[in-house]
Amino acid sequence: MTIALALEQLLNGIQLGVMLFLMAAGLTLIFGVMGLINLAHGSLYMVGAFACATVAAWTGSFWLGLIASLACAAAAGAIVELAVIRRLYDRDHLDQVLATFALILIFSEGTRWLFGDFPLYLDIPPLLQGIVNLPGDASYPVYRLAIIAVGALIALGLYLLIGKTRLGMRIRAGESDREMIGALGVDIRTLYTLVFALGSALAGLAGALVGALQSVQVGMGEPVLILAFVVIVIGGIGSIKGALYGALLVGVTDTLGRFLLPQLLALFVDPSQAGMIGGAMASMLIYVVMAVILAVKPRGLFPPAHA
Amino acid sequence: MLTRENTVNLVLALLLLVAPLAANAFGQPFYVTLATRIAILALAALGLNLALGLGGLVSFGHAAFFGIGGYAAGILSSHALSYEPMIFGLPGTVQMPVIWIVAVVASGLVALAIGAISLRTSGVYFIMITLAFAQMVYYFAISWPAYGGEDGLSIMVRNQFPGANTMKPLSFFLVCYLVLLAGIGLFALIRASRFGAALQAARQNETRVATVGIHPYRIRLTGFVISAMITALAGALYADLNRFVSPSMLSWHMSGELIVLIILGGTGRLFGPLAGAALYVAFEFALGGLTERWQFFLGLILLGVVLFARGGLLGLLAGKAKHG
Repeated sequence: MTIALALEQLLNGIQLGVMLFLMAAGLTLIFGVMGLINLAHGSLYMVGAFACATVAAWTGSFWLGLIASLACAAAAGAIVELAVIRRLYDRDHLDQVLATFALILIFSEGTRWLFGDFPLYLDIPPLLQGIVNLPGDASYPVYRLAIIAVGALIALGLYLLIGKTRLGMRIRAGESDREMIGALGVDIRTLYTLVFALGSALAGLAGALVGALQSVQVGMGEPVLILAFVVIVIGGIGSIKGALYGALLVGVTDTLGRFLLPQLLALFVDPSQAGMIGGAMASMLIYVVMAVILAVKPRGLFPPAHA
Repeated sequence: MLTRENTVNLVLALLLLVAPLAANAFGQPFYVTLATRIAILALAALGLNLALGLGGLVSFGHAAFFGIGGYAAGILSSHALSYEPMIFGLPGTVQMPVIWIVAVVASGLVALAIGAISLRTSGVYFIMITLAFAQMVYYFAISWPAYGGEDGLSIMVRNQFPGANTMKPLSFFLVCYLVLLAGIGLFALIRASRFGAALQAARQNETRVATVGIHPYRIRLTGFVISAMITALAGALYADLNRFVSPSMLSWHMSGELIVLIILGGTGRLFGPLAGAALYVAFEFALGGLTERWQFFLGLILLGVVLFARGGLLGLLAGKAKHG
């Protein structure tokens, strides 16, 4: 094991963490403001990836595809909010789970209808192809570094949006007391649609960015969705800060676990056994981490002050 | 007492018995298999209904217990057929009653561990944590190659039940049907018992339950474990029905489907899971015959039920539940 390899794995972990943050930020924002648990968030991730792949194939430009992914995911989110989600705010979580589970079925099968069963492929744009050399003989793909940079920018942008703007002030007010800000004359229904569309756009962006690393296919959003749930449960549901730390923790733990555990076990048992047991243990690692954190802090690392 | 709900329940139970008998008489074993599927899914959902309907515990991870039951059947029978001893030199078995006991005990232990941690939380946290634990079991099954990993495990010959030839569709159906009836009876007993009253009270008002000196946590944990055991028993039967067990039994889609069955039938109702399972399998069969994309329409129907028809099928047939 070399330092270079470890550094690459660490960066992979951060890159996964950044993707999870884009998903988790939307989920946690929607839960914090509207009190809604949205299983269909993974479907919006898928919508973003498909929009990007389709537009990139038509126009030959990844960048137009990226814009399309934001627009399509936000539009899909807004439509879903207007048609279905807004009827669910006053319902219990069970109804929300079921209705959004139904949305997953509709989105997945609908996409399969439109695009067929075969995955689409999305190329990394020429500008971001290639690798960079890092200190200690390590090298790393430019595109993955760019994803990390985008994630950092989004985190900063969200911090400024929520903390420093008028819209952000309304969002925070909506989290604390929705009746009161309605009484103060804020159009709460439009605000909810906006927040939902914003969360959807972030999920769509994540889908488009990952689409260039993996294939774009139906069901791609579901593993990510569940990891994003783990992230927000660890971070504290409703907390964007918690989502950021939780995402990085989950991303790095998962990646390094898969890398290190088999090697660690190889010190004790023979290598083939170590690979098998280590792999199985690594795939469970983040859930163990989650269980430990919840056993100590049942409301996550950064529980929101209210609620 | 023959209330409207009891009449509907009786009709449902009889229909599920008569339909496969008739199908068998007319030489249509496929419909017998369909009815077996209904009975098994109903049993799985019945288990979940104990936690979800009575205790208000929205577990989004019951596929874990369903799958553990399935793997109990698959692993025990594969060892029995290969004559390889398992850990501690124990032999495998093809006897269903033994398999069921193993399935129930194993899932009970896992449920005790998962429940002990998950029940410290509530609401959305509980939903997501049960989901996450089920995913943990799912990924473990996928990455553990000894029992087929991602490919799953075939059960060469359906396991045996004393006095019945389980390879005959009708005999296997009757075994499943009797287990389902026993399950429904157990559910009714629990619901009417002091424990059941406490479990329902803990859902309705936790503070009051604590005030009268009952520990809601222990009541819920007990309910959660029993619920998991029933679902695991259904899982063992399901593996025998398909003669195949794979990680898909553990997937979160399965957890979602189990909740869907309950809601389609009517939450907390004694026969809700059976009504829901019958409706679900009927949809699957009817829509699946029309279009490959039947899940799209299932999604639409489900959305309609959640938004506009919250009582489910039993709510429609038998009116509102007497007490919430």
